[in-house]
Amino acid sequence: MNTQILVSAQGLSRSYGVKLAVDSIDLELRKGEVLGLLGPNGAGKTTTLQMLAGCLAPSAGKVEIKGINMRDAPARAKREIGYLPERPPLYPELTVDEYLRYCARLHRIPSGERKNVLESAKQDCGLTDVSRRIIGNLSKGYQQRVGIAQAILHRPDVVILDEPTVGLDPNQIREIRSLITRLGQQHSVLLSSHILPEIQATCSRVVIINHGQVVFDRAMDAISEDDTGTQISLGLLHSPGAETLAKLPDVENVTPLENGFWRLQCKAGKDPRNAIAERATAENWGLFELHASQPTLEDIFADLTIRETPTRTPEARPHNGHP
Amino acid sequence: MGTLNVARQELARLFVSPLAWTILAVVQLLLGLLFAMSLADLMLNPQQISKYAGVSEVIGTGLFRFATVVLLLVIPLLTMRTFSEERKSGTLDLLLSSPISLTSVVAGKFLGLMGFLTVMLTLIGLMPFSLTLGTDLDTGMLASGLLGLWLMMAAFAAVGMFISSLTREPTIAAIGGFGFLLGLWLLHALSFFEWQPAILGFTLPIADAAREYSLLAHYDDLLFGIFDSGDVLFYVIFSGLFLALTVQRLDMERQ
Repeated sequence: MNTQILVSAQGLSRSYGVKLAVDSIDLELRKGEVLGLLGPNGAGKTTTLQMLAGCLAPSAGKVEIKGINMRDAPARAKREIGYLPERPPLYPELTVDEYLRYCARLHRIPSGERKNVLESAKQDCGLTDVSRRIIGNLSKGYQQRVGIAQAILHRPDVVILDEPTVGLDPNQIREIRSLITRLGQQHSVLLSSHILPEIQATCSRVVIINHGQVVFDRAMDAISEDDTGTQISLGLLHSPGAETLAKLPDVENVTPLENGFWRLQCKAGKDPRNAIAERATAENWGLFELHASQPTLEDIFADLTIRETPTRTPEARPHNGHP
Repeated sequence: MGTLNVARQELARLFVSPLAWTILAVVQLLLGLLFAMSLADLMLNPQQISKYAGVSEVIGTGLFRFATVVLLLVIPLLTMRTFSEERKSGTLDLLLSSPISLTSVVAGKFLGLMGFLTVMLTLIGLMPFSLTLGTDLDTGMLASGLLGLWLMMAAFAAVGMFISSLTREPTIAAIGGFGFLLGLWLLHALSFFEWQPAILGFTLPIADAAREYSLLAHYDDLLFGIFDSGDVLFYVIFSGLFLALTVQRLDMERQ
């Protein structure tokens, strides 16, 4: 797959005083992708997005939007992106139309096209009914939609959304998600979140960052297949002991659980369930349960972010596989 | 293009906010009262006019002088919106992520603010000029006084915008701007002391410096109808300096 790279960040770093918030992140967003930036609170997601949007200058590294360097030609680069910050940048005293018209002017949309541009953005975000309402009087969900409308108004190739569903009720979250999915058909979207189902529901690729570093970068449909192997949970009445189990083919790690249960971590891409079943019957281990579970995004997330890794050696750099 | 769009928006947003209307109303009320009072005073003691150059000086100069004091209190309240409030509400990101340079943003906001202040200036100017109905006025003197007031507004606005760019708390921006402007006022007072201390044989021309750099000293000539391009240039440079500092400050914030 050799699709166009729209956003490319190389060695992006940012420090606030002595605190290194983002530590040499490499990131790429390709055409037609919905990329989810995932990480615990304080991992550096917002800082990264601010740098990509040109609101914050990186301490080191460079950002290129469609090959245009953000530092050298900020105005041209910014024209290609739409950005929704963590807090939607709304003027509560304006009406939706007034606000969007202003945004259209900021993005230098010629006055002749402005009306159509406004209409289509409002259509996309379901705002047609509230055009004349004052933004401050709208519900949080609608305000969020106005924020998104502002980001897609000038039909940029890249849309950057910083936690677009935070503070919304479940129905609104669902609406915004389906909106993002629809946006993904015409734009490339980069969105951040710490809510896993959200990323799972909307994104085609996921990048996990922790302590300001990329610790995981993979296409959504490639997650379950390799890299983190299958986990098997095994129930035995007469257990042969951990050592015997650890010697089973393709088993990497054995964890004893309560009541005769064991958890086996298998090598990537292998499924030794059949072999285990045969061995168990042959040696009469009293097998009463055997099932495999694929690691979910949640497992990966927990595995990568709960483990404290403030100092990382260069050898232990994250897996950086691309689809 | 970008500058004008920002200016237009700034002006439009001022006029949908109750703050701007309240400020216009309060300023007009205070200045109107002063105007009425000085008119009444002149009617009751008509002989005092012999000490002045005419009605234009008695009424106009007094009114404009008082107007600068009111503006000193009011302009920081307007400038606190420009950056502090936008930063606090997160809307500054909209400007920073849009394809408009910081210079255009600052220039646009300044122009928008000046648009509003020009409306205020017109309302203030209408009062003394309304006297043409009953008497002959020294239009030149009034015009030069109004020009001085307008330049003073620009200087105040530039200082206020700079202070506003330093903080994310609108109230701090307002009180900071107020403090700074009042400090300049005190500096002007210093020029009356003729305080030129000699240290190690060198004379420190503090009073002279205070006079040269005081906003008020350059206003005085204009108030009395003396148009000196040096005075005008002083205000232009003063405002330009603070606007440039504002751009620098916003750029530093991104670094």
